[in-house]
Amino acid sequence: MLTIDNLHVSYGGIKALRGINLKIDDGKIVTLIGSNGAGKSSTLRSIMNLVKKEEGSIKYDGEDLTNLPTKDIVKKGIALSPEGRRIFSNLSVEENLILGAYTINNKQKITEQMNKMYDLFPRLKERHWQKAGTLSGGEQQMLAVARALMIRPKVLMLDEPSLGLAPLLVKDIFDIIKEINRQGNTILLVEQNAKKALEIADYGYVLETGSIVLEGEGQILLEDDRVKEAYLGDAK
Amino acid sequence: MSIQEFLQHLANGTSLGSLYALLAIGYTLVYGILRLINFAHGEIFMLGAYIAYYGLTLTSLPWFVVFVLASVFTGIIGVTLERLAYKPLRNSPKITNLISAIGASFLFQNLAIMLFSGRPKAFPSPDVLTGVIYIGGVSVNIISLIIPVVTVVLLIILNTVIKKTKTGMAMRALSKDYEAASLMGIDINLVISFTFFIGSFLAAVGGIMWGIKYPQLIPIMGVMPGLKCFIAAVIGGIGNITGAVLGGFILGLGEIMLIAFLPTLTGYRDAFAFVLLIIILLIKPTGLLGEKTAEKV
Ligand SMILES: Nc1ncnc2c1ncn2[C@@H]1O[C@H](COP(=O)(O)OP(=O)(O)OP(=O)(O)O)[C@@H](O)[C@H]1O
Ligand SMILES: [Mg+2]
Repeated sequence: MLTIDNLHVSYGGIKALRGINLKIDDGKIVTLIGSNGAGKSSTLRSIMNLVKKEEGSIKYDGEDLTNLPTKDIVKKGIALSPEGRRIFSNLSVEENLILGAYTINNKQKITEQMNKMYDLFPRLKERHWQKAGTLSGGEQQMLAVARALMIRPKVLMLDEPSLGLAPLLVKDIFDIIKEINRQGNTILLVEQNAKKALEIADYGYVLETGSIVLEGEGQILLEDDRVKEAYLGDAK
Repeated sequence: MSIQEFLQHLANGTSLGSLYALLAIGYTLVYGILRLINFAHGEIFMLGAYIAYYGLTLTSLPWFVVFVLASVFTGIIGVTLERLAYKPLRNSPKITNLISAIGASFLFQNLAIMLFSGRPKAFPSPDVLTGVIYIGGVSVNIISLIIPVVTVVLLIILNTVIKKTKTGMAMRALSKDYEAASLMGIDINLVISFTFFIGSFLAAVGGIMWGIKYPQLIPIMGVMPGLKCFIAAVIGGIGNITGAVLGGFILGLGEIMLIAFLPTLTGYRDAFAFVLLIIILLIKPTGLLGEKTAEKV
């Protein structure tokens, strides 16, 4: 179980997170929704220790991650596919995947996992030799997800994986997220597409200007009037 | 000019170009990863030569062992330089790092004057490396033949490391995106140290071979080659390793050929690099093989 306790984050004096608490149970899909600038990415980046925390703690399976260097958090089996893909455009698709497995030393395991990724994303297999920067936006997104999956993370965090994708691809990505979850991985999903996210989520949190204002099971949040109004675009 | 003379100049130019290439790689590697011009790199080159000098004069180890150890030791000095002078400033503005680099350069020069004295020292080259051989009527210094061979071997190894190994991939990833690299579990500090080690190691190899070819060591011997090799890296497209090698060879060969064909311009030998730099940057501002890169975020 991943727990966030009273997390505060500021950027140059401006508060981005104001004491949030989160619990992510093993094997679940948990989603974090909220409008632009609510603090969703900041939350994920805090878990990976990419931003300085003002206050609060983060634990995984009872172990304290709060001040662990990012690379050691990765070694605990937590992976983030960051907002905006951030693939290595100067490296080939295959090299991107190999780097995803940087913390794994067993070559055979890496090859196995890479083949799994190629099964999951046949497009990447066709283009394994190609410079990642020359992939289409959607393909780059697949690569970002596949790269994060290379360590077979116990917890996979995805920051807006469907951003900028055609509807058909969005559906593919969500199917893949469900599939990955079925294989036992815990998923923390940040999405602009709140409806789709809540539909597949076991549990959801709603973030507004740095605070969690609502939480509950995915299905229940979907029916919530406040959520409907603010995030699902349903006029009353 | 006879063909023999031309071949002689060619050998000289190639070996000078090789030395420049070895030094230019250090600038380009560090720039690629830190976006920093390591102005102390010429001094690393100088230290490599001096350390080998003391290794040869103070120990009775075989010369090749001394050369390898001196290069490794210089590599460690490069790593230490980064840890002390650049790492604490990693989140500071780039200009701060640049000033630190210039400071480190002066510090090394003055330390060298204090420790090694300002008077020139004759490099005690091993006899096997100082001879002259005749090939088809052309007399060539043995070292002028050895230098390109050593350089090519090192370049092949470097290329393999960067293209094929995980650490090489990590270096390339780091040059694009620090944060994404750390999300892969890459130890950023370790990769940066490794980069400085390689750059400084190659500079030391260059410095030692320089000492054999031009056997006189002085504490400011790294200044001019350092500046020229920075120019070589820029001409080739800074951040691009092939470019640095290309730039090094263009400068080295160009410089020797200039003197050979236009002996009246000998006095302008050092100006050649600067003139070439200006011309190339006017035609191609990113350097010969440089790509336009977005400013790093
Ligand atoms: N590096 C930074 N420097 C300064 N302010 C930042 C930085 N990163 C985020 N912020 C600010 O913190 C707040 C939360 O940002 P965050 O990126 O976490 O939002 P988000 O919920 O992910 O938004 P979006 O849906 O647009 O991605 C915003 O007001 C943002 O401007
Ligand atoms: Mg965001």
